[in-house]
Amino acid sequence: MAWTWFHRFGSPPHFYRIAGKLVPWFAVLAALACLGGLIGGLVLAPADHLQGEGYRIIYVHVPAAILSMMAYAVMALAAGTGLIWRMNVAYAVAASCAPIGTSFTLIALITGSLWGRPMWGTYWAWDPRLTSELLLLFLYLGYMGLRAAIEDTARADRASALLALVGVVNLPIIHYSVDWWNSLHQGHTLLKLGRPSMPPSMYVPLIAMIIGFMLYFGAVLLVRARGELLRRERTARWLLDVVGEA
Amino acid sequence: MSALLSPGGAAAQLIRRDLRLALRRPGEWLQPLGFFVIVTVLFPLALDPELSRLRDMAPGVIWVAALLSSLLALELLFREDGQDGSLEQLALSGLSLAWLLLAKTCVHWLLTGLPLVIVAPLLATALGAPVAALPGVLAALFLGSIALSLIGAIGAALTLGLRRGGTLLALIVLPLAVPVLVFGAQATALAIALEPLAGPLYLLGALAVLAATLAPLAAAGAVRISLE
Repeated sequence: MAWTWFHRFGSPPHFYRIAGKLVPWFAVLAALACLGGLIGGLVLAPADHLQGEGYRIIYVHVPAAILSMMAYAVMALAAGTGLIWRMNVAYAVAASCAPIGTSFTLIALITGSLWGRPMWGTYWAWDPRLTSELLLLFLYLGYMGLRAAIEDTARADRASALLALVGVVNLPIIHYSVDWWNSLHQGHTLLKLGRPSMPPSMYVPLIAMIIGFMLYFGAVLLVRARGELLRRERTARWLLDVVGEA
Repeated sequence: MSALLSPGGAAAQLIRRDLRLALRRPGEWLQPLGFFVIVTVLFPLALDPELSRLRDMAPGVIWVAALLSSLLALELLFREDGQDGSLEQLALSGLSLAWLLLAKTCVHWLLTGLPLVIVAPLLATALGAPVAALPGVLAALFLGSIALSLIGAIGAALTLGLRRGGTLLALIVLPLAVPVLVFGAQATALAIALEPLAGPLYLLGALAVLAATLAPLAAAGAVRISLE
């Protein structure tokens, strides 16, 4: 009985309708949270005593980095759900996660290197975190490459879902291997700049930005998943009703 | 068939069959080895051939070359059997497909991984590694190549029968192989510096065991998906 909501959510027409209703909420709340976070972070928060005004890129960099990993987790969760319950909707969600996650990963890498230039004196350092993020980008590219190479959607769904799960098992191993790899060479004392914990006037906007990014991710994911469902179910009857309504 | 053949017997037969087929066409299986040797030899030609400097590069050179060569070899793993339907028969045999794929991967490692391990001391010497370092180099590559073959089997199974399989295979497998590369190169560097290398060797062993446990299951799932 407790599962009825789950099965209902797995039915394309229901998902399509509910997602359509949720998108504006996510979008409006995301805009509000980001606006508040940006005003708080760029205007109200004081400058850092070490990094001056330059640290403010953190309000884009950290949320993007968090979301790049969260998107992979959501993707793997949806992919696993698809494999276990053979749910078309779950596959559509997983497929929609990848391009968004890739964009967040790219944003995190680009803002990180822009931040690194004035702070560390270089655009790129082979720091464990940077390297893990780069490898995450490659995992996303592999996932999308596999999807693109398989013409049959059902096979693409299942094969890429398996790859996403293999990636989830591997991500911690990759992360720790990269961590230990560089710690043997040199310790990056410079990278600990942000360590002295921030005052509330700095971290409250940051949290607002993270929440805003999550809501934005939710909104874009739902829009993409709806589009993906339309493409997949283009021969279904319910779709005619939806299009007839519009 | 499943009633007549025990899992062990089936695996033994499969190994014998794969070995016999491969030994009739040695050219195919020796190519990755030739590639490994050539890539490694190219580095001294492209760089300053001073031994002390080559010694610093040797771990990276050997491991990147081994990784690329194992990647090249992966296309051989399932391609023929996928094309002629043998793989489908294995999947239908009623025996555990993961177990049979583990046997296939073992043969694959014997033919493409082990040769790399055997010539590695020669190449390491050419790159300036001292003789005392060779057991360490050998051990690291031994464990690492097992893990690489097993991880690669997942990628080979996922890209089975795809047209642009080769580059896609690299894109899928290389990020997954990073831990093996990191620990392998680290162990080799420690061996060449004549320092204790048990730490990274244990980690390589752990990766090989983990891969041997999980990779066949993932590969079996991927083969079933690819055959549908």
